[in-house]
Amino acid sequence: MRTAVVVFPGSNCDRDARDAILDMGLGPVDMVWHSEDGFPEAPDLVLLPGGFSYGDYLRSGALAARSNIMRAVRAHAMSGGLVLGICNGFQILTEARLLPGALLPNSNLRFICSPCHIRVERNNTPFTRSFPERQVVQFPIAHHEGLFFLPPDELDELEERHQVVFRYADPVTREAGAPHAPNGALNGIAGIISREGNVLGLMPHPERATLKYLIRGTDGRGLWQSLGEHFGAFNVSPGREDVR
Amino acid sequence: MNYRDAGLSDAEYERIKEMLGRTPNDLETALIGVMWSEHCSYKSTRRLLSQFPQSGRSVVQGPGENAGVVDCGGGWGLAFKVESHNHPSAVAPYQGAATGVGGIIRDILAMGARPAASMDGLFLGPPDSLKSANLAEGIVEGIAGYGNAVGVPTIGGKTFYDPCFEGNPLVNAFNCGFVRLDSIVSSRTAHPGHLAVLLGSKTGRDGIAGASFASKELDEDSRESRPQIQIGDPFEEKLLIECCLDLRDRGLIESMQDMGAAGILSSSSEIAHKSGVGMEIFCDRIPLRERMEPWEIFLSESQERMLLIVTPEKLDEVMGIAGRYELECVAVGAIIEGDRYRVLEHDVVIADLPVQILGSAPMIEWPAAAPADAAARRAPRPDMRSLDPAGDLLELLGSPAGRERREIWEQYDCQVQLHTAEEPGYPVSAVCLPDTDGLVLFAMEGEPWKCRADPFSGAAETMAQSLRVLALSGAEPLGMTNCLNFPSPEDPENFHVLSECVKGLATVCRDMGCPVVSGNVSLYNETPRGGIYPVPLVVTAGLVSHCAYYVSCGRAREGDAVCLVGPAAGSLGASRWQVICGGAGSSEPLGDVWAYDPNMEHAFAERAIATSRRACVRGGRVIAGGGLAVALAKSAIFCGLGMEVDLGELGGSGLTEVLFSEGGPRAVYAVQPECLDKFLSIWDGYPVARIGTVRGDTLKFGDVFELPVSELRYAFTEGDRLLRS
Repeated sequence: MRTAVVVFPGSNCDRDARDAILDMGLGPVDMVWHSEDGFPEAPDLVLLPGGFSYGDYLRSGALAARSNIMRAVRAHAMSGGLVLGICNGFQILTEARLLPGALLPNSNLRFICSPCHIRVERNNTPFTRSFPERQVVQFPIAHHEGLFFLPPDELDELEERHQVVFRYADPVTREAGAPHAPNGALNGIAGIISREGNVLGLMPHPERATLKYLIRGTDGRGLWQSLGEHFGAFNVSPGREDVR
Repeated sequence: MNYRDAGLSDAEYERIKEMLGRTPNDLETALIGVMWSEHCSYKSTRRLLSQFPQSGRSVVQGPGENAGVVDCGGGWGLAFKVESHNHPSAVAPYQGAATGVGGIIRDILAMGARPAASMDGLFLGPPDSLKSANLAEGIVEGIAGYGNAVGVPTIGGKTFYDPCFEGNPLVNAFNCGFVRLDSIVSSRTAHPGHLAVLLGSKTGRDGIAGASFASKELDEDSRESRPQIQIGDPFEEKLLIECCLDLRDRGLIESMQDMGAAGILSSSSEIAHKSGVGMEIFCDRIPLRERMEPWEIFLSESQERMLLIVTPEKLDEVMGIAGRYELECVAVGAIIEGDRYRVLEHDVVIADLPVQILGSAPMIEWPAAAPADAAARRAPRPDMRSLDPAGDLLELLGSPAGRERREIWEQYDCQVQLHTAEEPGYPVSAVCLPDTDGLVLFAMEGEPWKCRADPFSGAAETMAQSLRVLALSGAEPLGMTNCLNFPSPEDPENFHVLSECVKGLATVCRDMGCPVVSGNVSLYNETPRGGIYPVPLVVTAGLVSHCAYYVSCGRAREGDAVCLVGPAAGSLGASRWQVICGGAGSSEPLGDVWAYDPNMEHAFAERAIATSRRACVRGGRVIAGGGLAVALAKSAIFCGLGMEVDLGELGGSGLTEVLFSEGGPRAVYAVQPECLDKFLSIWDGYPVARIGTVRGDTLKFGDVFELPVSELRYAFTEGDRLLRS
């Protein structure tokens, strides 16, 4: 599985995403600077990492969505390639109109860094196939603009098309929805997928729940596991369980 | 410019004329004035600071560089430093705190290290005061706004509240970073023929003469000091970090210095001074945001700038890399033979000084006199007795200085860079070492109340406490950095208190083999209402060779033995209980503070380390603020289990002392039943007692009181929010 991690000025989870993927034994990973015209080698997965691209100036993700490399990202998505946007990457995907909706400031108007429980609403995607259906997992959040918003009719359409992949949930009752959203996200939406099922954006950080011996668990491994299985990558390179 | 406006005294000005053999021109007067300010020269404290032990097994770089560096194994160095940003934060809380974070990050970067983690010591006025609450909110948002965007996790810190900080909050910003030992960048390696290159933001009028601003008391007019406040841009800083590390990896930097206090002037003259060379700066080549006078350009503290020293043949490559990061990069000066520091404007020399003079402010020995009431403040108070132990425990847990500060640290990204090994809110902060299974731990401590009651013992207790916390967690000390926050040294009583505090820190560091590798002094922390309590804040770094040895404070299981190590009681003087619950009939910190005993500290540390290595405990917690009662209550809250404690076996001391006294090397452990014998044998020769069992869902103190863990947790997490409603 070859991954291209796009690095915008101000991205700060780019190295983390690379380290998580390498820890799973899912290399190689190319780091691609935003001003490039294309990828050094054709990637299986394009990853837009978290951070503060362009300092979040103007609006989170707005400037990054118009940077040079995004033409190649769009072409990759249009041809059915997988694209994963995490946190600021999700914001960029909505600004680039590769995913619907917008991420507004959290309802408490503050940055929130916290462990966070989400329910896997669909496990028939390349990103979630190794999770049991409706499993509640813990991926940490760290954002100031995470309130997922869509006008009511479009929101209904999104739900009807089963585009919601992750929803904020209660770890005990396993109920999911708006009351469990730490940021006021409509319908408790934490992550959505494109109609074609190849572009996923989510606010929580799977890469922050991947390495062992750190705080906040390893539930994120399931997402990388899914991608590895989708690309048949584990036949070549088994997960290195012994490495932190 | 009048020399007095430049902050120079009559005697200093005479000295300058004598050293120069002439009268300095206005620009020269301004340059010397700021370099001789307290903030840049440490003229009041240099002699005191020489008491600190600076060498040790692990020390790679001691004081004198942008930050200290210690060897943490595997070929890696740990650069770390704490620095105050008190005065700016009092006037413009968001920008003051934000640029404090940005400044300390650049200090670490200047060593060639990738900034890896931040911590913050905040000493604030009471949260029920509107003014203090507003300042606190701005400060926290500033730290979050800058630290989160720049991609450096904020992994912990300390928050303390007292009315003396109203109007003069303390913001002490800590940062650390990892650097390969063979890639450390120094400010001593500039040679004639090298170029001085300015990388980063354009220079503007913000923060002009901030160093002088930080060298006097805050007064009613301090709001007019706003032009002296710097404005931060974390986006630019993030690019600066990546660019400097890229340049370092390519071997393009000979030397590097961040631009903090006194901007271009101090960074360039320090490199010249430390490298033993001369320097010429071409004033007209410096990229400006607005039209500025030369003295303004040299004193500007515009943020996100670094001074690089590069060889002429590598300049093009350096500029190419900077362009890739969209950073401005201009050669603004040259290293020359000799000892002259020259400023040129359109090829005309407008200032010409010996490098030496800028770095040689005459020391000032302020007169010292023990405060008239010093003996009375620290006299033992026999009249301290809790009338309602259960109520007092809940009050301590819920007090501003005692309760959980989740609403603060939830605003900080604590996880970016994927190496944070402990949640914020714990007594230690932990980062995984690169490439190995080791951990680096940090303990940040500051005890304003104890230092007020007894400066020597209070400071000694502060330092000893940081070492105990590390030892209990399984860490051997690597080194310490400190920030000395005090009122004006010109008052003899203040200077005496400052001297005693430094002596207290230095004594413990020497005895316990903990070198001091960096630090910062912030004086003149006063408002018209008076000075702050003395706050020598320390951050001690320690190494746990394998993460399996790490002893966390939140672990216990039903049936574990609860053991107390150390004497049954410490001291109630200036304790949380005495001040918060009004013991001794006063909310002023009063009474005798624990008297530091090096033998006992050694005995504790050895056994605590052995306990960690032999893996015979589930968890442990050093007894600190609030005493045994709060230590057990927090243990119960963190592990979510109750405890039955029998105080009968403690004997001797009074109940209030046993419950709430603080100080001394004391701790509680949760010990697996099958390991109890091994544990007791490790602690043989030191006071140790099994005082109870982990059981049920209440904290039961013999027949004194019994409180549900849920009620303790409610007080701890909601605390003064209840008072506010």
